[in-house]
Amino acid sequence: MVTASATASASASSSAAPILMGWDGDEKPHVLAVDDSFVDRRIIEKLLTNSACKVTTAENAHGALELLGLADGQQNFGNTVSKVNLIITDYSMPGMTGYELLKKIKESPTGKEIPVVVVSSEHIPTRIEKCLEEGAKEFLLKPLRQSDVNQLRCHLMKLGNPSDEGMVCMGR
Amino acid sequence: MYYTCICMYNPQRGGRRCNESIRSVENTKTKKMSAVKLESETMADGVSQLQKQLVDYTASLFDEAFLDEQFNQLQQLQDENNPDFVVEVVSLFFKDSERLVDELTKALDQQTVDFKLVDKNVHQLKGSSSSIGVQRVQRACIAFRDCSEEQNVEGCLKSLQHVKHEYSLVKNKLETLFKLQNQLLAAGGPLPR
Repeated sequence: MVTASATASASASSSAAPILMGWDGDEKPHVLAVDDSFVDRRIIEKLLTNSACKVTTAENAHGALELLGLADGQQNFGNTVSKVNLIITDYSMPGMTGYELLKKIKESPTGKEIPVVVVSSEHIPTRIEKCLEEGAKEFLLKPLRQSDVNQLRCHLMKLGNPSDEGMVCMGR
Repeated sequence: MYYTCICMYNPQRGGRRCNESIRSVENTKTKKMSAVKLESETMADGVSQLQKQLVDYTASLFDEAFLDEQFNQLQQLQDENNPDFVVEVVSLFFKDSERLVDELTKALDQQTVDFKLVDKNVHQLKGSSSSIGVQRVQRACIAFRDCSEEQNVEGCLKSLQHVKHEYSLVKNKLETLFKLQNQLLAAGGPLPR
């Protein structure tokens, strides 16, 4: 994966700490990870913290929407999280799927700018296509590796930073 | 001043040379001082034996497909900030799997089997097995899923037995692995990477 920015790193080794591109020292990117599996939530959390991200997890789509302040008829915004720079969601979840969550996020005026990545343990091309069509930045297969997560950093949204216009991520 | 006895710690780190110097002096009293070698050589042997045991045991688990590359990935995630990461995630897996196996047993025991429910639970179990890297359990789940897709109760019951069997085997193996790791750590040795 190559970025077009002048500070592009060479393809990072999976064990090396990824180069923080344009992030201030104290400001860690905040990722919301959604997955109904305890095991997978713990693993994705570790992969993300290894990649110098701050992580919030949700165990289902509805919980994720509440954290984003996007749930239907949401009254209580006490638990909403601030400044999410990336959402990673599992596809197969009970209740609302990752695809449906993606749609909901993309339909909302506040949510639609947040990059969303969908992950799944199943390789189903039609599923992948429809997620990408709906605006997912990437569709990754589980189990995720450190290298997969490190590469996601190019999708992280730097809120209100026009200098990111020039950055381009090539697909996997 | 004469000492009656000298205790040397760690012959490998200069103790031997020290002993040789003492034996080569002119003064007979010094020359004939008794020297006691402490157990560090045995300690080092013990640690390297445990390390070898652990490496061999781990290799056998991979050879017999109990574990696959994903388990290695998890071990790589363990670090000083999360020294118990693997044990933690595996414990989550054990708890989750036992719950799913119970659900599956119940579901298959019904007069009318809800195959959607069976499929959902097998899918979850397959997913978490894959995330931990317990390959034989994952494979057993794949076969199970085929039976549930065919709505074959007999087949599902057999598959469930197979899953339970593979699960209990790998649970045993992992518990032994963790025990060996703890023994090595207690003996002061670092875990092999």
